[in-house]
Amino acid sequence: MLTETLKRAAVILDAAATPHGFDSYVQLVAPTWSTSEVRGRVGHVDRQTPGTVTLTIDTNRNWAGFRAGQYVQLTVEIDGVRHTRCYSPAHAAGAGRTIELTVKAHPDGLVSNYLVGHARPGLLVGLSQAQGQFCLPEARPARILLISGGSGITPVMSMLRTLAAEDHDQPVTFVHYCLTGRDLTYRQELAELSARPNVRVVRVFTDEPGTGDLDGFASVEQLDAIDPEWRKAETYMCGPAPLMDSVERIFAAAGISEQLHTEAFTLAQVVAEAGDVGGRLVFGRSATSVTSNGRPVLEQAEAAGLAPEHGCRMGICHSCICPLTSGAVRDLLTGDVTTGPGQEIRICVSAPVGDVEIDL
Amino acid sequence: MTITTDLSPTAEPAELDGAELDTTELDAAALVSDRQLSSTAARLGLSAGDLEAFGAELDALRKSVLDDLGQSDVDYIRKVIKVQRSLAAGGRAVLFASFFPPAWLAGAAALSVSKILDNMEIGHNVMHGQYDWTRDPALSSKNFDWDTACPGDQWRHSHNYLHHTFTNIVGKDRDIGYGILRMSPDQKWTRAALANPAIAFALALMFEHGVMLHDVEAERVLSGDKPWREAWPTLRGGLHKTARQLVKDYVIWPLATGPISAGPTAAANLTANIVRNVWAFTIIFCGHFPDGTYEFSIEETEGESRGHWYFRQLLGSANITGSPLFHLMSGNLSHQIEHHLFTDLPAARYPKIAPQVQEICERYGLPYNSGPLRRQFGSVVRKICRLALR
Repeated sequence: MLTETLKRAAVILDAAATPHGFDSYVQLVAPTWSTSEVRGRVGHVDRQTPGTVTLTIDTNRNWAGFRAGQYVQLTVEIDGVRHTRCYSPAHAAGAGRTIELTVKAHPDGLVSNYLVGHARPGLLVGLSQAQGQFCLPEARPARILLISGGSGITPVMSMLRTLAAEDHDQPVTFVHYCLTGRDLTYRQELAELSARPNVRVVRVFTDEPGTGDLDGFASVEQLDAIDPEWRKAETYMCGPAPLMDSVERIFAAAGISEQLHTEAFTLAQVVAEAGDVGGRLVFGRSATSVTSNGRPVLEQAEAAGLAPEHGCRMGICHSCICPLTSGAVRDLLTGDVTTGPGQEIRICVSAPVGDVEIDL
Repeated sequence: MTITTDLSPTAEPAELDGAELDTTELDAAALVSDRQLSSTAARLGLSAGDLEAFGAELDALRKSVLDDLGQSDVDYIRKVIKVQRSLAAGGRAVLFASFFPPAWLAGAAALSVSKILDNMEIGHNVMHGQYDWTRDPALSSKNFDWDTACPGDQWRHSHNYLHHTFTNIVGKDRDIGYGILRMSPDQKWTRAALANPAIAFALALMFEHGVMLHDVEAERVLSGDKPWREAWPTLRGGLHKTARQLVKDYVIWPLATGPISAGPTAAANLTANIVRNVWAFTIIFCGHFPDGTYEFSIEETEGESRGHWYFRQLLGSANITGSPLFHLMSGNLSHQIEHHLFTDLPAARYPKIAPQVQEICERYGLPYNSGPLRRQFGSVVRKICRLALR
């Protein structure tokens, strides 16, 4: 009620605050305030296992909730630069405004290492609304199999918690793979959940046979041992590529691929060699693509018949900046390579390195 | 140091005979390209190779700053924004008591400083893309708009592109006199030039509207060079932004402050706008018009190298010396030379790299035009008056 009144007042106040808008003045004292953006502040920080961190984030009133399994784009500022990555909340879907993320530090992961090393209560973050099709259907399936590996646990943990919170009483089997028992996040909670009569939790520690509930990698035999009726289950899986590949093959061989729902991790792309030519340069919005000849993106776009907005053609006026969708580009003036979705690049002085997509 | 007038571009290039150049070490091709590049470079004794080396040194300096950008640069500009927004909010609040003269004065002063910071250190610099590397939408050159009549997107075209790319090329850079003043002897004298001082005075008072009309190219529309149809969308955008600004300063806030304070509030807002206009005019006219700045012809800049582009930016610009507070209030445009060499480096970095730029210039025997405000602005005023007459 108060929010609605404030929002209505903000429209009028925007005219008084033009051109910066009313929000920018409120943010002087309340940095998570916004009439449209989702913003949040880190509440609790818990480092459950080495190399991971579990955060709760108190979002502002713009957070519209999520369905178990979906992900959000999290934006943090590291040394003055904003970086955005996708993470799947692990908490049960519901009306609350606090979300929970568990982040695992990847060897080359700038954001994951920053969060694991430096996240503290009070840290301000930007968020998107929840996105993605990987989620439990509203009509809950009669038999559910959840499979995760490593940090892929978060979306399926959210599914498991959501089902538990609504006292779902049909069979649910949760299989999680990680290297050792020390890498198992949510250890205590999984033990508690496994006490429910309809929930079976299977922990597999692939590097330490004999210490988990089962040993070895995913196989038909292992699935049979876990649940002889796994072929009847709707299955939700998130994990590293080798796990996903083998389970997908098993389901394909059983002729039930349509029962398998998956979410892959997206890892940062490897940067290709300097002076790369011959990569695929995609202009996403224009649905056009060319084979890169190593020239600036602007020139290649024009050669492909597009007419991007631009000015000086020498990197000074910033008229031509476009967001990078995927891949990497090289700044022809400095030689620096830029990578990362959403990164604004000056297309007049940036050449593709390998396969690149530009939002143009 | 200030350069002497015999090096000024207005001097006749009679002594610039090719025979005076030391050509013994240049091959024929280099000599030809040197001549094509710029008679100004030749006059200052620079070869194409010198220009290339000069450009490479500036490129290296630019890269060293780019590699060093980080949290402190973002923290700095956010602090300036916080001070500016607080002054704006505080000034507006104090003006509720604007019937009381000390409150009026405090409000007008706070708003004046707020508008100056907004336009100079924040708006001009953010809209140049100096903070695009942060990927913060609030600091993005594409999103930002400033507290003046000129819409941000139009200014990015007329200023970032036209002026910064074609700096001081007579016939291409519309910032040489903005189409309404005669600021170069290479611009033809007509009787209209007699109005130079009066137009400059009016422009100082109405500077934000002058900037707004700049991209419309009103003088080309009036002379028939540019069809109305082409100018109208730009003018419409400018008028829309102007209307929002006028409604804010002269309708919403005076009404909000109540019947007793309405008149004084409107007067305080007008004062703040004029103070900002006159200040911005003063700083900006000191950027390229003081004695000792060079102009270039279209011919000598055709197909110019990156080194020559740097060379032209250096010679076409002039710095103003002063205190750190003065540099802040000028948006660091007091370092116009560094700004023109490195348009997209955060401006607060200019004072730190200025000694290195100056040292490079000394080694290449190039002038570095710098002086206190009274001298630089004094020479601009003299030029406005002198060029009115001949």
